[in-house]
Amino acid sequence: MIRDIEADSELSELRILSPTAILGYGFPEASFRRGLERRPHAIAVDAGSTDPGPYYLGSGISFTDRSAVRRDLKLILEAGRELNIPVIIGSAGGAGAKPHLEWTLEIVREIASASGLRGSLAIINADIDRERVLSAFRENGITPLTPGQALSENDITESSQIVAQMGEEPLIAALQDGADVILAGRSYDPAVFAALPISLGFDRGLALHMGKILECAAIAASPGSGSDCMLGTLYRDAFVVEPLSDDRVCTIASVAGHSLYEKSNPYVLPGPGGSLDLTNTAFEQIDERRVRVSGSMFIPAKSYFVKLEAARRMGFRTISIAGARDPAFIVGFDKIVEGVRKRTAENFREIDQSSYTIRFIVYGRDGVMGDLEPDRTEISHEIGIVIDVTAASQELADTLCAFTRSTLLHFGYPGRMSTGGNLALPYSPSDFQAGEVYEFSLYHLMAVEDPGNAFLRKMARLEER
Amino acid sequence: MYLVDAAAVIRSKNAGPYELTLDVIFKTTRWFDHAIETNLLNKELICQLYRVSEDDVLRIVNFRPANAIKVTIVRPIASGAIGETDVYGAQQHAPLLKIVFADGAPK
Repeated sequence: MIRDIEADSELSELRILSPTAILGYGFPEASFRRGLERRPHAIAVDAGSTDPGPYYLGSGISFTDRSAVRRDLKLILEAGRELNIPVIIGSAGGAGAKPHLEWTLEIVREIASASGLRGSLAIINADIDRERVLSAFRENGITPLTPGQALSENDITESSQIVAQMGEEPLIAALQDGADVILAGRSYDPAVFAALPISLGFDRGLALHMGKILECAAIAASPGSGSDCMLGTLYRDAFVVEPLSDDRVCTIASVAGHSLYEKSNPYVLPGPGGSLDLTNTAFEQIDERRVRVSGSMFIPAKSYFVKLEAARRMGFRTISIAGARDPAFIVGFDKIVEGVRKRTAENFREIDQSSYTIRFIVYGRDGVMGDLEPDRTEISHEIGIVIDVTAASQELADTLCAFTRSTLLHFGYPGRMSTGGNLALPYSPSDFQAGEVYEFSLYHLMAVEDPGNAFLRKMARLEER
Repeated sequence: MYLVDAAAVIRSKNAGPYELTLDVIFKTTRWFDHAIETNLLNKELICQLYRVSEDDVLRIVNFRPANAIKVTIVRPIASGAIGETDVYGAQQHAPLLKIVFADGAPK
């Protein structure tokens, strides 16, 4: 397929359809059909993010719902095969590690079988072998991303799995192998949109910047939405983005504003192999709905770095949710909690206190901002409390949560009137197992020699069972 | 008048698991320029509003194409670690809303 496009050496524009911000977030079929009528050269979708936190990467579970992913994928795969254009999916299954990739592959297989789809399928694994990361670490080949913490060998060995964000190179290699559908593990978000244009000689900076905007689909439109389609048209010297629903428009403010989104510096956006530099980027409103962007540049780095991501299990969590309406209890809360902690520690003296954590999230006070909360004077007439216990085992978390909850419920304090109990518990049962708890263990850079072949790539057929 | 009156968007979000980024997108270029001229969003103010040290304020950048000022601070803890209150960092913007913004006559 890539060869058909290559044959057209006069190709002056390339259209890429972005159906949705995250595979499984959905999109209106009318918008999608309108995008298909524009004869896109590829459909690309970014399926993932680290934003939902470390749990999904660490546990191998997708943060998106299977039925919703299947619904989106069915429409995308059928359209891609019907138009005979590549479908490129990055960060499969959310976090893009092997279990997530396999989860998505199973859905692709189900759809291909049910819809009788034929074509070649490339599967690119983003997992990086632990030994390889360890040896890179020992040779000082791992660089922290400030303000990320310094790395230790334990961070690597305790990680459940390690992925690297691939750039466009492995995707281009798969296109050159003739892939009709590419299913990739963890990928740099813009790479899935930029791979085809870059392989055809379009400007890398413009292609990646267009990818940056398309990866969130209609979030860069006004009103913004993560579940509606966007079309990007790349020219040799600029690109144009437009929403595919009449309910939305792209404005300079919406598109330029999006360049800020989730980035620490809007002018320099580092990614695999270099940085996207927006210092000289110009945004131009060409009509009511479309914005033209030019001047974005890619500045290659001296060595090619990929970003490693991993999470490790910290234990298990059990929570209890309660409210309080008594003013004396609310005013005295911190002192009461001190007493409850002491009682709990005494009661379970044989349990090492470093093997568990007990935390109280207090809504109505500083539940949202924690230590960052500047307003320490306002006291709400009621507070919501989450008792959050983590421990080395689920049983221990259950025990400590139950004990803390019952102790807090009946704890005596000066001026107490409400001897019936201190807490309003909305549920019976009152405690909930929240399962495994993870934290990010790796968010570092590692140099790779040959970015196109640094990831395990295998070719299959859609019609294979 | 307050910043909430001069801005179209005031938001917070993670920029990766270790950073929190605050965006203020002004309604007009005039107000954006005014905010820059008066050094409205400065390190000292951010430290005071977020109870962080100056070292934790990583950068303050003006982004003219969007009439925006972006402030990036160190997250108190890595996203989702034990002690988290806001995994996405999406509700950390509120202290910015009531910054006094006196157009033409800054106080």
